Amino acid sequence: MASSEQAAGRPAAGTPERVAVTGAAAELIRRLTDQHGPLMFHQSGGCCDGSAPMCYQRGELRTGDSDVLLGELAVEGVAETVPFWMSASQFGYWSHTHLTVDVVPGRGSGFSLEAPEGVRFLIRSRLMDGGEVGTGG
Amino acid sequence: MSRYAAPGSDGAVMNYKSRYDHWIGGAYVPPKRGGYFENPTPVTGETFTEVARGTADDVEAALDAAHAAAGDWGRRSAAERAGVLNQIAQRMEDHLEELAVAESWENGKPVRETLAADMPLAVDHFRYFAGALRAQEGSLSEIDEDTVAYHFHEPLGVVGQIIPWNFPILMATWKLAPALAAGNAVVLKPAEQTPVSIHYWMSLVADLLPPGVVNIVNGFGAEAGKPLASSPRVAKIAFTGETTTGRLIMQYASENLKPVTLELGGKSPNVFFDDVSSADDDFLDKALEGFTMFALNQGEVCTCPSRALIQQGHYRDFLDAGIARTEKIVQGHPLDTDTMVGAQASNDQLEKILSYLDIGKQEGAKVLTGGERAELGGELAGGYYVKPTILEGGNHMRVFQEEIFGPVVSVAKFSDFDDAMSIANDTLYGLGAGVWSRDGNTAYRAGRAIQAGRVWTNCYHAYPAHAAFGGYKQSGIGRENHRMMLDHYQQTKNLLVSYTPKKLGFF
Repeated sequence: MASSEQAAGRPAAGTPERVAVTGAAAELIRRLTDQHGPLMFHQSGGCCDGSAPMCYQRGELRTGDSDVLLGELAVEGVAETVPFWMSASQFGYWSHTHLTVDVVPGRGSGFSLEAPEGVRFLIRSRLMDGGEVGTGG
Repeated sequence: MSRYAAPGSDGAVMNYKSRYDHWIGGAYVPPKRGGYFENPTPVTGETFTEVARGTADDVEAALDAAHAAAGDWGRRSAAERAGVLNQIAQRMEDHLEELAVAESWENGKPVRETLAADMPLAVDHFRYFAGALRAQEGSLSEIDEDTVAYHFHEPLGVVGQIIPWNFPILMATWKLAPALAAGNAVVLKPAEQTPVSIHYWMSLVADLLPPGVVNIVNGFGAEAGKPLASSPRVAKIAFTGETTTGRLIMQYASENLKPVTLELGGKSPNVFFDDVSSADDDFLDKALEGFTMFALNQGEVCTCPSRALIQQGHYRDFLDAGIARTEKIVQGHPLDTDTMVGAQASNDQLEKILSYLDIGKQEGAKVLTGGERAELGGELAGGYYVKPTILEGGNHMRVFQEEIFGPVVSVAKFSDFDDAMSIANDTLYGLGAGVWSRDGNTAYRAGRAIQAGRVWTNCYHAYPAHAAFGGYKQSGIGRENHRMMLDHYQQTKNLLVSYTPKKLGFF
């Protein structure tokens, strides 16, 4: 599903890109931003709708020292970048994979903002190559 | 084989209404903003009813009704409240088949399971908490010969409960039964994937409950869940789901200084020591069933035994037998009584499982069976089916670390006891685990060493009331399924009473 319109995550200088969005997800982010203002993602774990990225108004979920900022998603037409967070403990098991935020039809639960639209953000993953892994975190 | 007729068709044992409003104050109340959302069955992917799309206004109305009802309900005698719970249990038992079909149609799970497990367990759960309440005693402490501390149990008042979609009626029961027994009124929000089977349940028991004691507000998390979880008018919030939402609920609760109970899932290890295969007998057969339990409820269980750890001595033989057992699973129409694995609960759940199969393969996990979507054709073509899947790999892989919530087990080998415990505990979670051994000492030591709230020992996926269930580590807070859950829904009132007329002498 990853399309050529992919918007890149913007990691800190010197670190590899860890997260990106597909064109369809970017379009949804634009719509949700119009409705709700600046957004954030936090990657969930655990059961039910775990392993899904949760999209909130920016600042809705308080992040802290137990979280890692994987990247700031730059989406065309959206003034502010969208931070993508994950708990540091979970990142310990995910750090070798690159994540792409996609969107599928569905009825996702949790408090994620897109659920009423009849769609759900979804993470697609690929292994980071040797040059990418080990420099981030 | 026999097949139940689909709800809404000729010969169906139960039917859903075409629309459900909120259940508030003992009556159906349309959503204030007038919105509804569609509810598809995962069996075919087709919509069978629509449901109120609740917002903060609806939550407030439900809280008003609950607050109006809580005082009287909380003052009723234990015998009276227990009597209501027992009547609910009886009504459910009398309509067990209808409830089982309702749950199967909404969730996609096989009716074989709802008939044999979900509904009988729910019935028993109400009876258990009726009994637990009757047997509960306060306590007194004799401080000295003139001073006594009395401890009374008092209800919290109005509590909020957010229910998951994997066992819509049973999970609601796990939360409702202790809350009601303890004397609370409830505002309950079902999952948006399975919003209406609880309304069918309510249609059977509504006359037994005083208006306002149980209120059901449907809707999406961001629109209805948040106003409930963040309301200063709930005395406690209970949630089953995943970690980010669990954190958010704790955050909201912290703003109001309210307690929470959370059940957030796991990545449960199922450990098979060599001696399991030392004889070809009933025990080995039972252990192989225990291995195959990953497919129960399509893997949509917080304690799915999704990491099978098999000792090296019998690894190949046991795994081969496990593959053979898995390949005998009958997948098909959830309303067929022979079907063992039905549909995943929603399209996004299906997509998520497929995305995990993808990264699992990229990471080098070997697909031993399954590994793809099941195309069942015919009327099931639009449903959400995944083939029961066995992956072989290493515990560092993401398919070993995240709850896929599908019929997928990841298998790894271990050398000895210490290696098994090290792998079993190398996870963020600690909800469930399984240990299989013919040696009682090994099984006991393993059960104590695994950091999980429930260790099934020579069994798996049993959920009887009266056995505490809850998580270590990031799997949550609180213990359900046991009378200790009454405490999570009660205040302790201490009267510290002096029986002497003599002053202390300070002033």
